[in-house]
Amino acid sequence: MSQLQNLRLARASVFLLIVFVIVPWAIAAGGRNDLYYTLTSVALLSIASAGVWLTFYIGRINIGQGAYALMGGYVSAILVVQYGVSFWLTLPLAGLFCAAISVLIGLPILRLRGVYFAMVTLVLTEVTRLSALALPITNGAKGMVSIPLPGPIGFGGFDLVPGFATLKTPNMAFYYLSMLLMCLCFAAMYRLVHSRIGRLCQSLQQNEELASSIGVNITLLRIIAYAISSFLGGLSGAIFVGIAQSIYPSSFTVNDSVNFMLNCFLGGLGYVFGPILGTFVLYFGWDLLFQAGPYQLLIFSSLLILFMLVLPNGLLSLNPFARRKA
Amino acid sequence: MTQVLINGFYLGAQYALVALGLTLIFALMNVLNFAHGQMYVLGGFITYAVYAQAGLPFVVALIASGLTLGVIGALIEKFLFRPVIRRSVRDESTMLLAAAIAFFFDAVILLVFGEKQRGVPKILNGVFVSGPLIMPYDRILVGVLAIALIAGFMLFMQYSKPGRAMRALAQDRMAAQLMGVNVDRYSMIGFALGAMLAGLTGGLLVAITGVNSGIGGAVSIKAFTMVMIGGAGVVGGAIAGGFILGMLESVGLTVLRSYGDVTYLVIFAALMVFLSIRPHGLMGKPWG
Repeated sequence: MSQLQNLRLARASVFLLIVFVIVPWAIAAGGRNDLYYTLTSVALLSIASAGVWLTFYIGRINIGQGAYALMGGYVSAILVVQYGVSFWLTLPLAGLFCAAISVLIGLPILRLRGVYFAMVTLVLTEVTRLSALALPITNGAKGMVSIPLPGPIGFGGFDLVPGFATLKTPNMAFYYLSMLLMCLCFAAMYRLVHSRIGRLCQSLQQNEELASSIGVNITLLRIIAYAISSFLGGLSGAIFVGIAQSIYPSSFTVNDSVNFMLNCFLGGLGYVFGPILGTFVLYFGWDLLFQAGPYQLLIFSSLLILFMLVLPNGLLSLNPFARRKA
Repeated sequence: MTQVLINGFYLGAQYALVALGLTLIFALMNVLNFAHGQMYVLGGFITYAVYAQAGLPFVVALIASGLTLGVIGALIEKFLFRPVIRRSVRDESTMLLAAAIAFFFDAVILLVFGEKQRGVPKILNGVFVSGPLIMPYDRILVGVLAIALIAGFMLFMQYSKPGRAMRALAQDRMAAQLMGVNVDRYSMIGFALGAMLAGLTGGLLVAITGVNSGIGGAVSIKAFTMVMIGGAGVVGGAIAGGFILGMLESVGLTVLRSYGDVTYLVIFAALMVFLSIRPHGLMGKPWG
């Protein structure tokens, strides 16, 4: 193994150690169980943001992730409540449903570029919210409430994962679940970006005509990237519903879509792990500013503006370890 | 039905004004101004403060809205967008800045003017009635003013020196620069003009519908829709998009009333189908 690989492996293990051992220990020691919920949200939001990041990677500005998160949430909620499907099974189903929808929607709209794509996806978020309000199956503005917590997974009477309802702290279980998914998701993203497909995606970002003229199937690649992105959006939306045990048409709105995009910008568009950092900083920054009361939004937005002036290429552009990928 | 069409025309004139500002900013700087709706709200509140609270004439209030927003727009361009555009690797970074500015305006408006819905005393009393057609005089006045503003803007862009410079910039930034157009100055003027249009529309409409601090985002989405219908960065397209959306909304609200609140769902769905057939809108250049 080369030195570089060793270094990467070491960094990854430190990260895993922090996430799965040190943080839970610190939370238990400090008695701050509420932090589980916050960190779970960060993990789930960063999964959705990873999807947005991938669409940025093929050179599209995606402000429509809220739409897929909402769809995923509703798919999971409807399957659990009305058809009695296990929560665990609804997670991949929600993701796949969103991916399928995104292929249908993506075929026409992925031909758009730049602000056109951005504006269409923004409108898509609004369409999804309005559909959720208008369709009979989603129960309109009243939303769906008291969705049961995830049940156990097991074979023949032996529970591998206990039912969340039997646990004293379901929040901790959700923490482990979402952190695990986040790590898997970003490991997969890292793999993807450094694979042949990743390089091809980068060629799309730089010049689609050129890539196409060399023989890259740009339509297929765009659809794949967009479908993966939407899968992640649906997945994170579905878990959110599991935690909140409820979903409303306003659970994910245009603001959330914009925030997913901001997470990517904040972390840096050139870095795979940018979305994690961006989400973490944005979410915790917002929470910390809660003390400022009515001035919360004012300070928050001023800091964002200031940040853009100082570091327009994202937080990770500061990191001396990170290698530029662009 | 005549009533519906007249309402649509009136709505369209308002919408076209909002879309014009947005498309102007986009054409000149390739920036999608997320804060456009917030600028509109701010314009509305300034008119409210000057006309309803300070008791000055409506025209003065309108001019105050336009000027304030114009100055704010110029400052934003000079001190925020220009340095960020120069230094960032990808030009999408300006979207984060625009979104942050939108949040900032939201916060300021909320802190200064509060969250209540604000209206102003009627600027004109009375209602125009002709057969089945009913139109309050103040709406007629606002509609006429909006159309006058649109016409004024078109004339300005067509015949004045800054107008010509901005059209040249929109067409080809590099070529315009080589011909001696001061790119920095006209970008600033363009941004100021766009912001001013948003402020003026906000000021005009506060006389009819009032204003509240939460509608900025919704106004932005409507403005994006119009720009997409007409084609981004094209003045004629924005006007067409505004009138089309106004008409659709007015007709849709009447025709689809029995199905509940689905007008915008139908409009957006139709928009996506339309864009998949014609990606650059009615009049836009391919790929903006």
